[in-house]
Amino acid sequence: MSKFKQKTKGGSPKISTASLPDVIFMLLFFFMVTTVMRDVELKIKLKLPQDISEAKKIEKKSLVSYIYVGEPKPQFQKIFGTEPRIQLNDAFAKLSDIQSFIEKERAARPESDVPFLTTSLKVDVNTKMGIITDIKQELRKANALKINYSGRTKPKIQ
Amino acid sequence: MAKREVPEINAGSMADIAFLLLIFFLVATTMDVDSGLQRRLPPWIDETTEKPPEIKKRNVFTVLINANNQLLVQNEWGDIRNLRKKAKEFIENPNDDPNLPEKEMIEVPFFGTYPVSKQVISLQNDRGTKYEMYLKVQNELVAAYNELRNELAIKKFGKEYAKLDQKQQDAINQIYPQRISEAEPKNIGGKK
Repeated sequence: MSKFKQKTKGGSPKISTASLPDVIFMLLFFFMVTTVMRDVELKIKLKLPQDISEAKKIEKKSLVSYIYVGEPKPQFQKIFGTEPRIQLNDAFAKLSDIQSFIEKERAARPESDVPFLTTSLKVDVNTKMGIITDIKQELRKANALKINYSGRTKPKIQ
Repeated sequence: MAKREVPEINAGSMADIAFLLLIFFLVATTMDVDSGLQRRLPPWIDETTEKPPEIKKRNVFTVLINANNQLLVQNEWGDIRNLRKKAKEFIENPNDDPNLPEKEMIEVPFFGTYPVSKQVISLQNDRGTKYEMYLKVQNELVAAYNELRNELAIKKFGKEYAKLDQKQQDAINQIYPQRISEAEPKNIGGKK
């Protein structure tokens, strides 16, 4: 008679799944913290320039307003044509809308932050500079001088 | 009094609930951080403001990009692969070449009196230039400045520019100030 009895005889012991929720919760929290909700729906084709070695990360995302430029997506081409267009927030816009857009962006933020507002230009690689030059002129008129040409440091892995 | 036993709550479905939430956040997530070239536009000039003073020709490094995305650097055919080297040579002017920018002795912290060149890089593009090309050229020019700053930082402080403190960075910026000017837009290449 041995003092130590073997409790289970043969067969593999059951793995407890009690800690599974904890593992999943950990993953969940990770994603919750890192998530940035998609704020705009792109109506244009957008392929950002790659391989821009000097590109830097934008520090404060809350101080950035975005201007998208590119060829409309196929479903919008019937109405808006194939020429590159400007998209502000969720809608196509005209050049003349830029100044009021900047004003709105400024009004939405505390006054102390206004001088640090950056306008990020997200422009498709195939766009011609003509429209960009026009946008830049509008931004100068609106006195929104800090701009950012969006691009990636490394080519995206496909 | 009989001891009432608290019934155990089955936690088996907890994982499922957590999974559901997890999948929602997975789908809603955009991981990419926005990065890009940060630049400053010149203030708006209308007819009433005074014209800026003329700059001597030797102090200006002109880069033109035409509608076919070809480069003209200092009135010569240029290649984007050599642009960074050329720009660096121009900004630094190591041998005090009379065709390259003049230098002015300026008091700089950490360095004492240091010859600082009066360089300006002028970039002009056509309305027909492709955005990608334009940004690549901008990138090369910014890279030229960054490389020079880095070299100087290593020579003087033995550390990379990015690792210096604010005061040291400011001193180096004073020696190599980033002056990339963009000319008022022109339309030479014809169609938009």
